[in-house]
Amino acid sequence: MSKGLSRRSFLRGSMAAGAAIAASTIPGVVSARDDSTQLATLLDISKCIGCEACVEACEEVNGHKYPNPQKPFPKMFPPRVPVADWTDKKDVTDRLTPYNWLYIQRAIVDVNGEETEINIPRRCMHCVNPPCVKLCPFGSAQQQDNGLSRIDPDICMGGAKCKLVCPWKIPERQTGVGMYLDVLPSLAGNGAFYKCDRCYERVAQGELPACIEVCPEDVQTIGPRDEILKEAHTLAKEMNGYIYGKEENGGTNTFYVSPVPFDKLNASVDIGPGMPHLKPVKDTMADANNIAAAMVIAPLAGVAAAAGKFYKLTRTEDVSKGGTQNDKK
Amino acid sequence: MTKNSSHASRIGQKSAKWIYGLTMFFLVLSGFGQMPLYKRYYIADIPGLKWVSDFYITHYLHYLAAIVFLGFISYKITDYLLAFRKTHLITLSGYIRGVWITGIVFSGACLVINNFTGKWFSDSFIIFLDLAHTGFVMLLFITAVYCKISKKKWIMARVG
Ligand code: SF4
Ligand code: SF4
Ligand code: SF4
Repeated sequence: MSKGLSRRSFLRGSMAAGAAIAASTIPGVVSARDDSTQLATLLDISKCIGCEACVEACEEVNGHKYPNPQKPFPKMFPPRVPVADWTDKKDVTDRLTPYNWLYIQRAIVDVNGEETEINIPRRCMHCVNPPCVKLCPFGSAQQQDNGLSRIDPDICMGGAKCKLVCPWKIPERQTGVGMYLDVLPSLAGNGAFYKCDRCYERVAQGELPACIEVCPEDVQTIGPRDEILKEAHTLAKEMNGYIYGKEENGGTNTFYVSPVPFDKLNASVDIGPGMPHLKPVKDTMADANNIAAAMVIAPLAGVAAAAGKFYKLTRTEDVSKGGTQNDKK
Repeated sequence: MTKNSSHASRIGQKSAKWIYGLTMFFLVLSGFGQMPLYKRYYIADIPGLKWVSDFYITHYLHYLAAIVFLGFISYKITDYLLAFRKTHLITLSGYIRGVWITGIVFSGACLVINNFTGKWFSDSFIIFLDLAHTGFVMLLFITAVYCKISKKKWIMARVG
């Protein structure tokens, strides 16, 4: 463990939690009410100096979870199935890869008439209703009660659905690992997907995620979502700034606060594979969820239609038999 | 039954078959679309079928088809109970198909609930639901093919 990574606990007892909340202006110190409290992070990107200590800490703490693929990779059918191999590019830190779950995105923008570099630590947003988790057809991507989402590489088939449905295309594939090797390695699946899991083991033990712990500028704060959101609003007000991640994709557990509007940052940063955008994002799960109510109404309509038909039929038969005496109304 | 009403009932049966067939077709098409296969296996390359590899479109379509399907089976069950129960029996293959459909509906309903914001079920139960939903579909498919080949009906007239 690096010098900067102490075992500082952020899940305190109830009394200490009160003190921690009271001291919540001290960045990095948080409280969590219990395991099921949804935790969110706040990133004051005006403070980030782009030193990449967080990127290194992420690797140090999570490196043991990185893929360890078997080579040669099984031949996949059809041949156009792309092989994603990052084993020779493990050192890449200027984008997201299966071996780099956090990177610093850089923007050059005008702040109060001055050309300024803004550094934005980018990783999974930990959406409140994460499509990567909810739409995974195998249940390999999972969400915890505390709001973090992670992909279990042992049961991931590597089909890329999580990446394709993610509005930021965060998860990254490595071929040659995961469950597909034991199922139909040539015909279905293609490795496993990797992304920030918000240091779930550390968090479970009451420790801070490594990137938060190590940051010399205390860019990030973690805590119960409602408290962190309040803090984000206060901070945005103070700096006359903007928040990203509150409304995006129906709400996420990551709030970026910036002195510069996010459309300006988005126009300046490099966007592409492994380099997510900063655009507004509609709630991707909402369309289908909005029509789900009809699934309750449809059976009632079916019952009513059949009952109506039966009533009509018996009436017609009564009439044809001349039995109208019961139909006075 | 009058001539008119028996004519209407024949039309009703025919359209019911069509509704069931079409709904099943779209349910299966959009259901298998939930797995990342259509792009890999060139289905999405067929002109006009690019959309089948868009997970949000197939997800929405699956919901729409499920709505029609739920309305349809509720109609058929009520219709049986009101109009045919006295004269007809459900066959063994009818019961078997009913069990598979119940499984599909139950696991599907849980997955719909799961898609709302929140953590509704344990991780292992979600894996079970995913497997069960596909498993019941496969069982229904096999049973349906068998019934088609051996001309097994859902219901048959009571004797005596
Ligand atoms: S460690 Fe802190 S200051 Fe350095 S790049 Fe990461 S977030 Fe920015
Ligand atoms: S940002 Fe993407 S990968 Fe992260 S939780 Fe949201 S949908 Fe999933
Ligand atoms: S929370 Fe943990 S896994 Fe996620 S970027 Fe930070 S250090 Fe990496």
